[in-house]
Amino acid sequence: MFKKILATTALAVGLAGAAFADDKTKVGFVYVGPINDGGWTQGHDHGRLELEKHFGDKVETVFVENVPEGPDAERVMTQMALTGTDIIFTTSFGFMDPTLNVAAKFPDVKFEHATGYKSAENVATYSARFYEGRAIQGTIAGRMTKSNIIGYIGSVPIPEVVRGINSAYIHAKKVNPDVEFKVIWIYEWMNPAKEADAAKALLEQGADVILQHTDSTAPLAAAKEAGAIGFGQASDMYDFAPAPRVSSIIDNWAPYYIERTQAVMDGTWETVNTWDGISTGMVGIGEITDAVPADVKAEALALKDAIVAGTYHPFTGPLNKQDGTPFLAEGEVADDGTLAGMNFYVEGLTGDVPQ
Amino acid sequence: MISLVKRPQPSKAWVVATPILAVIVTMILGGLLFAAMGKDPFVAIRTIFWDPLFNPDFAAYSRPQLLVKAAPLILIAIGLSLGFKAGIWNIGAEGQYIIGAITGASVGLAFYPMEAWFIFPLMIIAGALGGFLWGLIPALCKTKFNAPEILVSLMLVYFAEQIMIAVSLGALRNPEGNGFPGSRNLAQYASSANPELIAGTGAHWGVMAAFAAVVAAYVLLSKHMLGFQIRVTGESPRAAGFAGINANRLIIFCLGTSGALAGLAGLFEVTGPAGQITTSFNTGYGFTAIIVAFLGRLNPIGILLAGLLLALTFIGGELAQFMLSLPSASIQVFQGMLLMTLLAMDIFVNYKVIWRKKEAV
Repeated sequence: MFKKILATTALAVGLAGAAFADDKTKVGFVYVGPINDGGWTQGHDHGRLELEKHFGDKVETVFVENVPEGPDAERVMTQMALTGTDIIFTTSFGFMDPTLNVAAKFPDVKFEHATGYKSAENVATYSARFYEGRAIQGTIAGRMTKSNIIGYIGSVPIPEVVRGINSAYIHAKKVNPDVEFKVIWIYEWMNPAKEADAAKALLEQGADVILQHTDSTAPLAAAKEAGAIGFGQASDMYDFAPAPRVSSIIDNWAPYYIERTQAVMDGTWETVNTWDGISTGMVGIGEITDAVPADVKAEALALKDAIVAGTYHPFTGPLNKQDGTPFLAEGEVADDGTLAGMNFYVEGLTGDVPQ
Repeated sequence: MISLVKRPQPSKAWVVATPILAVIVTMILGGLLFAAMGKDPFVAIRTIFWDPLFNPDFAAYSRPQLLVKAAPLILIAIGLSLGFKAGIWNIGAEGQYIIGAITGASVGLAFYPMEAWFIFPLMIIAGALGGFLWGLIPALCKTKFNAPEILVSLMLVYFAEQIMIAVSLGALRNPEGNGFPGSRNLAQYASSANPELIAGTGAHWGVMAAFAAVVAAYVLLSKHMLGFQIRVTGESPRAAGFAGINANRLIIFCLGTSGALAGLAGLFEVTGPAGQITTSFNTGYGFTAIIVAFLGRLNPIGILLAGLLLALTFIGGELAQFMLSLPSASIQVFQGMLLMTLLAMDIFVNYKVIWRKKEAV
């Protein structure tokens, strides 16, 4: 009897699902962290909510949070595809191979993988030029530090993270030649306990500015306690303003999600490799608070304007690699291919890129 | 009033009945939880327990996935249960799982891109050996220096994680990986791949190994002298000593075997579902397997069922997340409820519940 009831409801819901499937575009999201992490995943989920707001009844969004990178991700994506999802955004680097595997099995479903480098006919990739934001962050950090030691919490040593460290360092050094970077790698994207430990270790080593490429607000909390400053990462983290959070790099995925979903609706979706920066709004610079002197703020904003206008590229020569070999000649600008695979430090940084 | 009377012997009937009862109680409690969150409790429970098995749209996919998810849990839990039965506590299966995956993968990658039939068997041996040796460290620390194996095996997990990070950034890094960490994909290299043996069943070599381990453990514990020694040692170490059972040999056997099985689980995972060694290769199977071992009451058949049940709640829980927009935290609460109820139900195994009229004093 019980089984019968279950079967009947299953059937009813199944039919209802089928009826909806035709007029609504179903958009799926696979998240590596919880939607309230205050950083990376929250940024993507904000994009999802904006997408819902934009399209109203025309879309249905689904998501799974806290998905470990690896086979679990593959299963989640497959089940999403099987339940009639039209386009699936997979928002962590480690979802790359699983995304490709699942996409091969569902040629009619569109996939979008964030921050990876493998694509296919139905797999597009997208990422943001966070290093543009890092240039502004580095400028503020270089001006603000009194101890001349800047702490940097690295997550997983993929090119995106190495690029961020280089960009921040280049611009901190430009405004403050005495500046020194200390980098601690935690090998995870989000782990509040480890992030807090890393922040404390950096503070104990004399850092008074903490930069982070990890997703939680734990480093800001540690900085607050020590009277140091930091920056919001991925989300604005405005709860910590005006200090320790003096500015932030905000990932704004909403316009991209809306554009790509529209393309699915119109039947014009094609695989692309999107890499947008501050100029399109994919990377946002959060309000620079009054904890930063007006002249430093003006300098940072001028740099931002130059990047938006395209008159300045954060990786402009002369620059050497850490070992002293030339990287970019005077006036030369790094090409996207080099940036995409960057796994070396620029001259002046100490320590090694883990390998 | 209600009073509890200790049973002289644990009740056999209740041993079988309590897990079923616990699942039903959890369904009711979980239903209340989901109802409180504004979701239809019947739909939620159906999505977790029924849809992965019988939903016409996707059960054909999720049923085999149950085996894929449960296999490493069962394989590791079987090994752990041998030690747990004898009072030898291997908490570090996660580390042995990692090391087994690394040693196995290293052998495979050493032969890349050569194609030969003997590569995969060699990898299996290397994986088991890696886990075995990693498990042997706490065993030797215990027998030589009387260091607690709980602590040593647990600490070795973090050590293993550091090795995993180091090799995915260094020695085993894919030279064609565009600067990204992680090894080559072993599942895409024919000689090292561990694919489904029969298409659509999910059953890869790891699933076969898990079933074989269940049978072997059953035979060992019920028919073999060593199994008897394990049981005696667990129930009364002093009696075991008088009976001339060599405690050190047992420690080495239990930790080594559970290490080898965890290493095998890692090897089958890295060559199949996971595909590559990365900085985040391990996802906690070694720790979850401890729960599976106890949930299955350290009995091989029980572990088999417990592993499948836990896998079902994982897969059903994911479905509930995206079909009903339940937060992942509520699924974890639900899984926690299941474990708590199962353990709480244990009281019926060891105690008789009696209604008594209050007597005048």
